Amino acid sequence: MTYIAKPRLIHPGLRKNKLGLTVRDYEGALSTLCAGCGHDSVTTGIIQAFHELDTPPHRVVKLSGIGCSSKTPTYFLRDAHGFNAAHGRMPSIATGASAANKQLTYIGISGDGDSLSIGLGQLAHAIRRNLDMLYVIENNGVYGLTKGQFSASADLGSKSKRGEANSYGAIDPVSLALSLGATFIARSFSGDKRQLVSILKAAIAHKGFALVDVISPCVTFNDHEGSTKSYRYTREHLTEIVHSDFVPLKEEITVDYEAGGAAAVTMHDGSVLLFTKVAEGYDPSSREAVFSYLMKHQASGKIPTGILYVDESGKDMHELNRTAETPLSEVGFETLCPGSAKLDELMDDFR
Amino acid sequence: MRWTVDCGYNLRSVKPTDVFDPNYFHKVVDCQYACPAHTNVPEYIRMIAQGRYTDAYMLNRETNVFPGILGRTCDRPCEPACRRTRVEEKPVAICRLKRVAADLRDDISERLPQIPTKKNGKRVACIGAGPASLTVANDLMPLGYQVTIFEKLDKAGGLMRSNIPHFRLPERVLDEEVDAILQMGVDIRYNKPVASMKALLDEGYDAVFVGTGAPRGKQLELPGRHETDSIHIGIDWLESVAFGHITKIEPRVLIIGVGNTARDCCRTSKRLGATDVKVIARRPRKYFKASPWELEDAEEEQVEILINHSPKRFVVENGKLIGMELDRLEWREEGGKQLSTIIDTVTIPCDAVILAIGQENSFPWIERDIGIEFDKKEMPLVDKKTFQCTRPGVFFGGDAAWGPENIIWAVAHGHEAAISIHNHCQGLPVTERPQQGMTLVSQKMGLHEWSYSNNYDEAARAKMRHVDLVERFKKLEIEVELGFDPEATAREVQRCLNCDVQTKFTDSLCIECDACIDICPLLCLTMTPNAEEPELRKQLTVPAENLKQELFVSGPLKQTKRVMIKDEDMCVHCSLCAERCPTGAWDMQKFELYLPHAGQASWTTSK
Repeated sequence: MTYIAKPRLIHPGLRKNKLGLTVRDYEGALSTLCAGCGHDSVTTGIIQAFHELDTPPHRVVKLSGIGCSSKTPTYFLRDAHGFNAAHGRMPSIATGASAANKQLTYIGISGDGDSLSIGLGQLAHAIRRNLDMLYVIENNGVYGLTKGQFSASADLGSKSKRGEANSYGAIDPVSLALSLGATFIARSFSGDKRQLVSILKAAIAHKGFALVDVISPCVTFNDHEGSTKSYRYTREHLTEIVHSDFVPLKEEITVDYEAGGAAAVTMHDGSVLLFTKVAEGYDPSSREAVFSYLMKHQASGKIPTGILYVDESGKDMHELNRTAETPLSEVGFETLCPGSAKLDELMDDFR
Repeated sequence: MRWTVDCGYNLRSVKPTDVFDPNYFHKVVDCQYACPAHTNVPEYIRMIAQGRYTDAYMLNRETNVFPGILGRTCDRPCEPACRRTRVEEKPVAICRLKRVAADLRDDISERLPQIPTKKNGKRVACIGAGPASLTVANDLMPLGYQVTIFEKLDKAGGLMRSNIPHFRLPERVLDEEVDAILQMGVDIRYNKPVASMKALLDEGYDAVFVGTGAPRGKQLELPGRHETDSIHIGIDWLESVAFGHITKIEPRVLIIGVGNTARDCCRTSKRLGATDVKVIARRPRKYFKASPWELEDAEEEQVEILINHSPKRFVVENGKLIGMELDRLEWREEGGKQLSTIIDTVTIPCDAVILAIGQENSFPWIERDIGIEFDKKEMPLVDKKTFQCTRPGVFFGGDAAWGPENIIWAVAHGHEAAISIHNHCQGLPVTERPQQGMTLVSQKMGLHEWSYSNNYDEAARAKMRHVDLVERFKKLEIEVELGFDPEATAREVQRCLNCDVQTKFTDSLCIECDACIDICPLLCLTMTPNAEEPELRKQLTVPAENLKQELFVSGPLKQTKRVMIKDEDMCVHCSLCAERCPTGAWDMQKFELYLPHAGQASWTTSK
């Protein structure tokens, strides 16, 4: 970690967004993660995405569990609401928060340990309920905070820093989310910010659960020869099978996408997701096609990236439960607590 | 793999920056680069921060020779260049800090260069004992030369003595620094104006250096000019005051001109009895030649500045000056030119007028048939690099070479001329200049510790304290600026951004993790496919629009063949890129320029 504070100096040429804020207004505290950690790049990606979307920082809720990844909400959007939950329990807190106020934007940051080991059940049910949030898994294949044991996402046969090979197969969050019915599934790489920011923006605009699996190398425990989640290995094996551009609402679409055979998906807020380059035989709107394509690719050792699956027609938790528009904090006390007579009346209904 | 497809290294790309060319990192140290003598500013500011005043003074003296004098009077080309002005309003008070070192230093006599008792047999004549000649003597005496200086007055210092009033530059400061050079054994001949160059050359000196300045004040030939003795030429008048020949002036004084001489004339007038001093300027304020701080100093002393007034006539009655007639002007811009129209004519009553509208060179004592060629404007033809005129062995420097400049320029000229004189006397071509060089030393002390203060300090520029407005007029010699107190000094040194501690990048170590790019507070860094420079400048995280500042471009990076680009413009040398770099690809390394003076060897690398 660094001892000095990041100087509060603003480059005069820095672009201001519609709220008059520069990208630096979306920062948080200085990171205490290891120098070169992929997570810090993801943090910067999130900062850029919210800045470019002109989101007021105080209208965002950032949540996390436990782990290196879960420390990172401190490092972005210092003006946002935040909650650091128990290990693996962030989806529950997010569900509760979202139920209480659906007008805010929810972003959960988790890691492969927090989401695929201790919190796997929580993640599965958040997907199943289609909770309206962006859920980022900063995936590095190791338990960094406990000095580099294999995590549940470590590939079979990949080597630890000490040279041992992993004897278990990996849980792939993308296939998992596909099978659980997630409505937005993407994979990216912390070392490719251009793609990452574009995916994050679309994921934020998506209504429902948006899972973004980001390969985010652990520079201290998993960036060596034999690792399958190192900077080098990832760069050598990633293949962008879906290239998309996110066009926010009210911005003119300049690409003639129809001519290129590409497709467009209109998001619920009116913004448009343009698929400009899609691998041959790939259809990001067909769950079965995506599943079989990914299974095939997994065997060949490639790491497919891009917005792999998207379905804007799914119903989210609020629609399914017909929740109130008004945040509970704005509902009057009398309405929230109608008194014991009303309670008795309600109880009678169940008798 | 889309990286390698569209990120290839092609012919249209910029070559990797050669950081081992001393010029690259020198340019990053904006203050040092802007200083004509290239004083190592950040290093001496750090020394002051550590309380090493004598070391700081000696480091200054190596290049600028007169730290105490310049710490009060320098035109400070370093300050407008200061990197700090790009991230906040005001530069580091470099000049004032120099004065701190000069004021608080110990005795330096032990640390001055040894003068060989056995001379090398070469005799050099310098004409005029100003800063240029004194610098030549300072550089050549330690090499065993016999230097003779001819001075028309009875004291040395040139314009520093005659034109800078004592309330800006106390005589003891001037004496001390001039004497340090004269006491090297310079043969100084006072009251000896050189009347004939030919005669001097006939005396058989091995080299002659002309450092006679620009000694003639410009005239203003208007009706009434010669009908009274109350109209003075600024620089002559200041000289008479400096030497005690003039001790008072009439109550109402008009100063014509707005250069630094005009400033000194009005402030001096206020101390010699004038009660109503007005400065007459033809143009609006933004075209003034005076340094902004000089203007502030004069206005603080209730000097009135009348803009847009053009002198028309001196009003003289019975041999007595009673006023001046001036045209009031209105300015407009047309096709890049400023044009004026006269609105009306006003008369401003006054008892004396001082003309401070510029100085010119004058060489009536140089014969035109001795191989020293002059141009149409009667200026000698002098080579810009060697300072030699058309007659081998005769050199010019300071204001004498190309017209009025400032002391620090004269010093820089002196150093370069001394190299030429040394070459000339040793039988080497004057064009053979010793090579500059540089050293780069890592400043890493621990995981996140550096041997310099890398934390950006938000302190505002310290204000100079002045003697109050009653006290200062009691005597001409009272120095108005009191210097920085210890608290102001301690604050001000921390404002320096340590631009000499460079961000040094090693492309083979980079794993392209983006950590440096993400942390940089001013977004100076970008990894991008290489392209031509104008294109690269547009592609950066924040486009690099300041073309005066360089881009650092690395070689192709190992994993993606992209290049690392750093826009030097806004970097505040906070070291965060190096702190966040997991592989040490970025390091903070102190750059030191090797700047050889006369007799010092060319740079050679041991590698």
